[in-house]
Amino acid sequence: MSLRSPLGRVLGMGAAHEGVHHWWLQRLTSVALVPLSIWFVASLLLLPSLDYATVSAWMAHGSTTLLLLLLVLTAAWHSRLGVAVVVEDYVHGGLKTVTLVFFTFAHLLLAAAAVLAILRVALRGAT
Amino acid sequence: MPTRPLSPHLGVYKFTYTMVTSILNRITGLGLSLGLLLLVYWLAAVAAGERSYARALSLLSTPGVRIIYAAIVIAFCYHFSAGIRHLIWDTGRGLERSQARASARVVLAVSVLLMLLIGYWLWVGGARAP
Repeated sequence: MSLRSPLGRVLGMGAAHEGVHHWWLQRLTSVALVPLSIWFVASLLLLPSLDYATVSAWMAHGSTTLLLLLLVLTAAWHSRLGVAVVVEDYVHGGLKTVTLVFFTFAHLLLAAAAVLAILRVALRGAT
Repeated sequence: MPTRPLSPHLGVYKFTYTMVTSILNRITGLGLSLGLLLLVYWLAAVAAGERSYARALSLLSTPGVRIIYAAIVIAFCYHFSAGIRHLIWDTGRGLERSQARASARVVLAVSVLLMLLIGYWLWVGGARAP
């Protein structure tokens, strides 16, 4: 039996029961980002140069491609969850929904663009 | 929105550095979201070919953007160590006030150490950064 009033239900008041899911995904992505971000920072620092040839050869390397894909997808997901919490805290009313939708789309666009870029370099191979 | 009772405003609390570490985690997290934007721009530039990459690199190596890199490094070091503190909290450990205060200091120390480490690596490695 739900204790929510019919009006409350229509207005979407009360808990949506998504909190645990959000919380869990935030933890899951942060745990994944610990090794992924260490790898990324270390391998950037270890690159002998940041010129085109070096960077594209590095990106086309199989393990780099895989780890970069995991990094950008996990980071985008983690970022979208984090930004959503900030928006929910500071933006209210109808603007909140609009802002949440905007940032969700922005993160999806960012993730898709990153995957496209990584795969393009990987499939082209080292030049 | 109906007027509903609000929990006490933040202003009623004495400002402590556990609060500073909490809000800093948020601010650095948002900063890293912008950093992600920069990373994807860089990846897309590599994918677009050598000439686009050269164009992007000339934009990415202006002094203004270099300051942004420094900010991203600082934000990363902080968010990384503060995030691990959160993961430890999630196991139910270190939630006592005295422990939380101590770990706030540890987080600050570790993140400064990380910044120095990355900074040292960058500077000793020479001006490889774009």
